[in-house]
Amino acid sequence: MSRDVVVLGVGMHPWGKWGRHFVEYGVHAARAALADAGVEWREVGFISGAATMRCGYPGYVAGATFAQALGWQGAEVNTSYAACASGSQALAAARAKILAGDCEVALVVGADTTPKGFLAPAKGYRPDDPDWVRFYVGITNPTYFALYARRRMALYGATEQDFTAIKVKNAAAGVHNVNARYRKAFSADEVMSSAMVADPLRLLQICATSDGGAAVVIASAAYAKRLGVKRPVRIAAISTVTPRFASGEVEMPDIATDSAVAAEAHSFRASIALKAYAEAGIGPEDVSLAEVYDLASSMELDWYEYLHLCKTGEAEGLLRSGATAIGGRIPVNPSGGLASFGEAVPAQALAQVCEVVWQLRGAAGARQVKKAKVGITANQGLFGHGSSVLLKR
Amino acid sequence: MTDRQRRAAIEGWYTLEKDQPHLLGSRCVACGTFFFPKLSTFCRNPVCDSTAFESVPLSRTGRLWSYTSASYQPPEPYVAAVPFVPFAIAAVTLEHEKMTVLGQVVEGCGVDQLQVGMQMELVVETLHQTEALDVVVWKWRPLGALTGSAS
Ligand SMILES: [Zn+2]
Repeated sequence: MSRDVVVLGVGMHPWGKWGRHFVEYGVHAARAALADAGVEWREVGFISGAATMRCGYPGYVAGATFAQALGWQGAEVNTSYAACASGSQALAAARAKILAGDCEVALVVGADTTPKGFLAPAKGYRPDDPDWVRFYVGITNPTYFALYARRRMALYGATEQDFTAIKVKNAAAGVHNVNARYRKAFSADEVMSSAMVADPLRLLQICATSDGGAAVVIASAAYAKRLGVKRPVRIAAISTVTPRFASGEVEMPDIATDSAVAAEAHSFRASIALKAYAEAGIGPEDVSLAEVYDLASSMELDWYEYLHLCKTGEAEGLLRSGATAIGGRIPVNPSGGLASFGEAVPAQALAQVCEVVWQLRGAAGARQVKKAKVGITANQGLFGHGSSVLLKR
Repeated sequence: MTDRQRRAAIEGWYTLEKDQPHLLGSRCVACGTFFFPKLSTFCRNPVCDSTAFESVPLSRTGRLWSYTSASYQPPEPYVAAVPFVPFAIAAVTLEHEKMTVLGQVVEGCGVDQLQVGMQMELVVETLHQTEALDVVVWKWRPLGALTGSAS
């Protein structure tokens, strides 16, 4: 009981390519989350922002930026940056503050305004930065996704039809999500006839970048009780693990893996959820739904295995059985996933939490997963940031 | 193509021999871990506190772990030819070093000529050109292929 931190409210600004300032999306989402929680902003003791690197100095100090925009009220502040995992790091910081007894209610916010096209590195000749080197030699983000996809095809018999089926599945769910950027169903033919980007991956199997904002209000169990909240969604665990040497898989943005001469090779992504399961005392067999990072449709297959929803090499079978669609045994990405959202880096991990909370409350409408009791999120931030949030009700 | 001067795109990462070039890595003298790119400060093996490294050439051949293509022109700092020519990309596992290294695949070798598990070897080839010289980088090609195309 003492380790229970509850989610009082969640809110989002719809994803899109709105071209407005990121603070606008963040404040919109924060106000929605506060309203959902029934908590006044002035009651919040700690504001935790997920940083964006693309919106100038206000983005580097996102926590304070959002606090000022909401109106300075003296709350303590934090800003976290962990690339795609920034949102869960900001959430972990707020949860730790509550668990330490330092604050009773906290607001976590992430928002971004994104440029068009490929995400490119900072300029200059910078051979010491692996992110610069890999772009210089022509290795973009889809390169990594495609290497994993081709490997699955060779080892486990994944097909282009499988990758397409995931896009079709997630797009069909996203149609019902008012916060999704693309609310359009796709046929397999449409996906398969889109342009090849990084063989075997096509344009419609790779996620875009989006503007968007998401926010979460969390509190101590005692605070929730005083508010009279019945059966709130609880945070059962958060994993923010780093890799373990020797990291044996090619990870963006590296040009090479660790050498496993002196230490055994480990799979970083397979370790992320294990920490969350262990902390919560909950196993993959207890999970009702998952929100995972389908940067490319093919990577959803990897996540089935990394979340231990099936054994290694069995993800294709799980997909083909229909188990991971809404109505199946273990729906994955009922929000529509990145396929329907496009990535808004600092907001995305929080958006995953928002979806799980709505699902566990039974408030997901046409996307509702039946009898949802436990939900897990998973993503990975560049440069070794694991991210997984386990929620239960 | 024959007499133009060549310069490494990334200084010190590989040798420039036209015949049998190799990547330049480093090796921890205490625990034996290899590093590419080179490391010269603190060993990254968490149970090793060594600060001593030797420069070593890495194996020239390995097995194809996976591969893909760059079908669209990558953004800067990539310097694209006009018009852009798509290329393949390989991830090759070096058995001795127990590590996987990415790189472009040589010109003229597309994904249809690649297969996971096949033997690959290292070459140095033009990444882009300036008026005066060829800026070269390490690339992979199927072992035994005489030019860009697999034999
Ligand atoms: Zn060492």
